Amino acid sequence: MKILTTPRMERCIGCHSCSLACARLVHKTLSWDTAGIRIMSSGGLSTGFEAKTCLACNPAPCAKACPTGAFSQRKGGGVLVRKGLCILCGECAKACPVDAIYLDGTGQPFVCIHCGRCVPFCPHDCLELVEAPAEAWTEQETGGVTS
Amino acid sequence: MMRDHFKVLTVDLSTGRGTVEKVDGRDTVAGGSGLAAVLFTRYGHADKPWDDPDQPLIFAIGPLTGYFPLMSKTVCAFKSPYHDQYAESHGGGRSALSLRFADYDALVILGKARKPSCLCVGSKRLELRDVHYMWGKYVNTTGKMLRRMFGGSGHRSILRIGPAGEAGLATACINVDTFRHFGRLGAGAVMGTKHLKGIVIQGDGAFQLPEAKGYPKLFQQVHDLITTTDMMDKYHNLGTPVNVSILNGIQALPCKNLQQTSHPDIDGITGEKFAEDTLLRNMACSGCPLGCIHVGFVREKFMEPNHYFYRQVSYDHEPIFATGSMLGVTNAFAVLGIMDTAEKMGLDVMSAGVALAWATEAFEKGIISEKETLVPLRFGDAGAYEEAVEHLGAGSSEFYRLLAQGALKAAGRYGGEEFACVLGQEMAGYATGEVFFTSQALGFRHSHLDSGGYSYDQKHREKSLAEAVDFLVSDEQDRVFLTSMVSCLFAREVYKSELLANCLHSLGYSNLARHMDDVSSHIQKLRWSIRIATGFDPQEVTFPQRFTEVTTWKGRVDEVFLLALKREYAKRIMQMGKHDSQINRKGGKR
Repeated sequence: MKILTTPRMERCIGCHSCSLACARLVHKTLSWDTAGIRIMSSGGLSTGFEAKTCLACNPAPCAKACPTGAFSQRKGGGVLVRKGLCILCGECAKACPVDAIYLDGTGQPFVCIHCGRCVPFCPHDCLELVEAPAEAWTEQETGGVTS
Repeated sequence: MMRDHFKVLTVDLSTGRGTVEKVDGRDTVAGGSGLAAVLFTRYGHADKPWDDPDQPLIFAIGPLTGYFPLMSKTVCAFKSPYHDQYAESHGGGRSALSLRFADYDALVILGKARKPSCLCVGSKRLELRDVHYMWGKYVNTTGKMLRRMFGGSGHRSILRIGPAGEAGLATACINVDTFRHFGRLGAGAVMGTKHLKGIVIQGDGAFQLPEAKGYPKLFQQVHDLITTTDMMDKYHNLGTPVNVSILNGIQALPCKNLQQTSHPDIDGITGEKFAEDTLLRNMACSGCPLGCIHVGFVREKFMEPNHYFYRQVSYDHEPIFATGSMLGVTNAFAVLGIMDTAEKMGLDVMSAGVALAWATEAFEKGIISEKETLVPLRFGDAGAYEEAVEHLGAGSSEFYRLLAQGALKAAGRYGGEEFACVLGQEMAGYATGEVFFTSQALGFRHSHLDSGGYSYDQKHREKSLAEAVDFLVSDEQDRVFLTSMVSCLFAREVYKSELLANCLHSLGYSNLARHMDDVSSHIQKLRWSIRIATGFDPQEVTFPQRFTEVTTWKGRVDEVFLLALKREYAKRIMQMGKHDSQINRKGGKR
């Protein structure tokens, strides 16, 4: 099972090609918000860029917070998303420790599904799809996942 | 969002209220340059001066903005303080995509705010906020303050002016997202006269894409053309500064106020030198995978023994020519220091450098003295130029206020018009010959990008009047369609007619795709008709004597050919401008 990582963000030029590709190919929208990866400056354009994207928590606090099963634990980290089950409560976004889940105007969540379709659109090779760690962290090790 | 009309937000700064208007014309003027022209006929006033509060400041994007790579520019249109005529200036950064996602095809700013203010617009937001405490602040300080005050980090554009714009100087620019600009013809002064210190555009909307699979496939094709072929390598690699050594090598680089066309110490400011010594990183306009923005740095010791600060400065061929070769400064860091000062003050760095080049020669010839310049100016003296740029941007004295209105304005007062390097406005960095000089002097934006005259000069030794003028007219027509999409002109080799038509088709703009020739011709004529209605007479254009003294690799400029080109191109412009005279001299067409 693969996960999306952002190991070389120092190279980012802020073109937003990754976000636009995710919105275009995964969500069929033109947007830099309704995407699983979003780019912003780290405090002004002179400071470089950072990516807001799912870090593939395993176990994932957003999945635990989801009351309907719209978000469920994905093997290897992150979540599987079943949009039809979502009641737009926004609990997933609240639970995410790194603000990786975007809620649009209707409350619909957008999160990275680790498909890697953004990766080839990055002109500087900032992104990489890698094999997920074999073992999940146990709740004991992480101090328990709270919602 | 795709629609068969334009959705335009007009804001009245005197009330802080806005109106969302539906404007027709998608199939006839497309967007960008064409839309801006339509909006000027609607809201502009040909007979009122540029600083009349009723004059509009227009920002327009096009049908392809955000939908395809390098469709990443915004057209800013206004009545220019430089010549009091209709003008366009183009800028990138995040401005185009922010306007797209704010869900407007154009923003039209009217009126004058009672106090210095910042306008914030988004898909669900319109706010005019009092920022009087920011008046007088430098561009970089203003950017940092506005960043904190308004939300939307990463997905917004922050436009702002510095002291030069506040002072109403005709060479004041609008800074866009720190590293880009609406640089030329004084758009910054238009914001200043409206008491508008900043504009924050929040791109917070999202739109459904066409159901058909054609669009994502075509996107991939364009993306591949741009990123996997060598078509765009020049811009990504050394960037436009690659031109510095090339032009120097063929004796076509303006040096020391165009007294020379090459410089023996050019190695200190070539694109290669900037990359090796000063380049920190590349950046991109939103929606462009190319990353042509080259960011260098200046580092300054402000206290002994070892206390430094540094700032980041974006560089390109034009700023390097204007503050480097033109001023005889051949150290890359010194050049960045002068650029940085121009950035801070909110000046168009091209006009600032070229105007100071005139001032230096005038100083050397004894036409002006330190009484006027406040610091002694000498070619190569970068420290003096940093001080002079600060005076220029602040309008510190009568001399500098006049110089910041344009080198010819100062020359008109003090003398030395024959060596003022002005072609409509301060020249761009190409001393390639007669066709370029004509192209910039008469071109719509007085920009080297109106049509590729500099390129024509390099490819043609023969002096064919008809062929050269045909080229200027037809190349302008091609480019005006691109700037109506709104494409970055660096992508002009990628976006040929067939590909543009396919792009428009894939989004459902089939009428536009079928009539691209008619539409571009219409926009070209419409723009000229407005320009002429606001006072432009191409027949009246003259070339300062310096341009006829230039020697390039082809030999000395042929004055007879130059004047013949001017007469013929002027005639063609007047013919194009007759097309649509619906521009009401008493007021805008409503």
